[in-house]
Amino acid sequence: MKTCLVVDDSRVVRKVARRIIEDLGFSCIEAEDGQKAYDVCSKKMPDAILLDWNMPVMSGIEFLDKLRKMGEGGHPKVVFCTTENDMDHIQRAMNAGANEYIMKPFDSDIVESKFAQIGLIETKTG
Amino acid sequence: MNIGDFDLYKNMLKTKSGLTLTPDKAYLLDSRLTPIAKKWGFPSLDAMSVSLRGKPDSNMVRDIVEAMTTNETSFFRDGKPFDLFKSVVLPHMLKERSKTKSLKIWCAACSSGQEPYSLSMVLKENAPMMQGWNIQITATDISNAILENAKRAEYSQFEVQRGLPIQMLMRFFDQVNESWRLKEEIRKMVRFEHCNLLEDISKLGRFDVVFCRNVLIYFDEATKKTVLGKIAKQMEKDSFLFLGGAETVLGIAEEFKPMEGQRGLYILKDSAHSMQKPPASAAATR
Ligand SMILES: C[S@@+](CC[C@H](N)C(=O)[O-])C[C@H]1O[C@@H](n2cnc3c(N)ncnc32)[C@H](O)[C@@H]1O
Repeated sequence: MKTCLVVDDSRVVRKVARRIIEDLGFSCIEAEDGQKAYDVCSKKMPDAILLDWNMPVMSGIEFLDKLRKMGEGGHPKVVFCTTENDMDHIQRAMNAGANEYIMKPFDSDIVESKFAQIGLIETKTG
Repeated sequence: MNIGDFDLYKNMLKTKSGLTLTPDKAYLLDSRLTPIAKKWGFPSLDAMSVSLRGKPDSNMVRDIVEAMTTNETSFFRDGKPFDLFKSVVLPHMLKERSKTKSLKIWCAACSSGQEPYSLSMVLKENAPMMQGWNIQITATDISNAILENAKRAEYSQFEVQRGLPIQMLMRFFDQVNESWRLKEEIRKMVRFEHCNLLEDISKLGRFDVVFCRNVLIYFDEATKKTVLGKIAKQMEKDSFLFLGGAETVLGIAEEFKPMEGQRGLYILKDSAHSMQKPPASAAATR
């Protein structure tokens, strides 16, 4: 089973995201900030990471920088999921090596559509 | 709403737009037409119904018909048809139209524009292969209101996240306050026009590719057959027809046959299609 790390400082968001992503056939791990996410990845790289931007201790973008420098750090597909919704942030994220970008609020359709686009799951139809 | 009034609307919609209204959808009449009644100065929907039995204003009838359309759509809806457009249709046309360098595409029920604009973006990304080509995308719909939205090409944050890859958002959209507007280079590739599929469509000319997706589902069998028959007449011999996921030509229109191994893609039956068996790799993209 593919694994997805859900990184968000809000427990509610993690819970909602987890339910959506488990429905897509992943097993989920949670982390509440970039540092905790980094620790998880040091032990075992997930296949996908859903990543918030603004978090205490270590932000999402800092984490992404560090992740992509790790040995297996190129493996996970990273999908930002944040209230930051302007072109500058999107560009920064993509330049830092994100694979997709979700602007909050999100729903299951959006997560599914984005996961499909980067090949994490098959498309619904066809 | 009483049965008499339900039948009044049912018949009107059937003849004006082809929409088949089943009793389980009666609630839609209340929710969608009450605002129209208000707009035309009636105290209630019932009052508008009474007036409709007289000699109704044709603009009012148009408003009613438009209000009853379902405009649900998204960028790259269902994904797969657009993959097939890239992997099967474009290669065929690049070869077969290399002399005339002309490609004519028609979106026959384009709603708020996501479908034709998705095609424009795909074509833009393939622009190096199509230099000097004359590409026409004609997008039509029965609803003038939705066509206005389509021309504006401004989409909500929610709309640009369904089906649209972030790279395309970055490349082809500008952020305008809370919404996202398609850039002029994409907008200008599409020509929007009003067209009711039940009326004369011959004025549109002939096409190499037709997208007629998620509109036949609202019609009854006889109407589907008539509309598909008329569409067939607007298609070049070796052209392609895309239908929606829940639509087919099978058992309805003998002008068409499904393209082998390519779900949702149809060709004319009497076409000498040179591309019956596409390369195996074609189906595996995305
Ligand atoms: C559900 S949308 C489909 C949009 C798009 N093709 C897609 O697949 O996402 C259906 C559209 O068909 C239009 N429509 C309904 N009856 C029509 C008719 N008789 N002629 C032309 N368009 C019609 C509606 O206005 C609506 O925008």
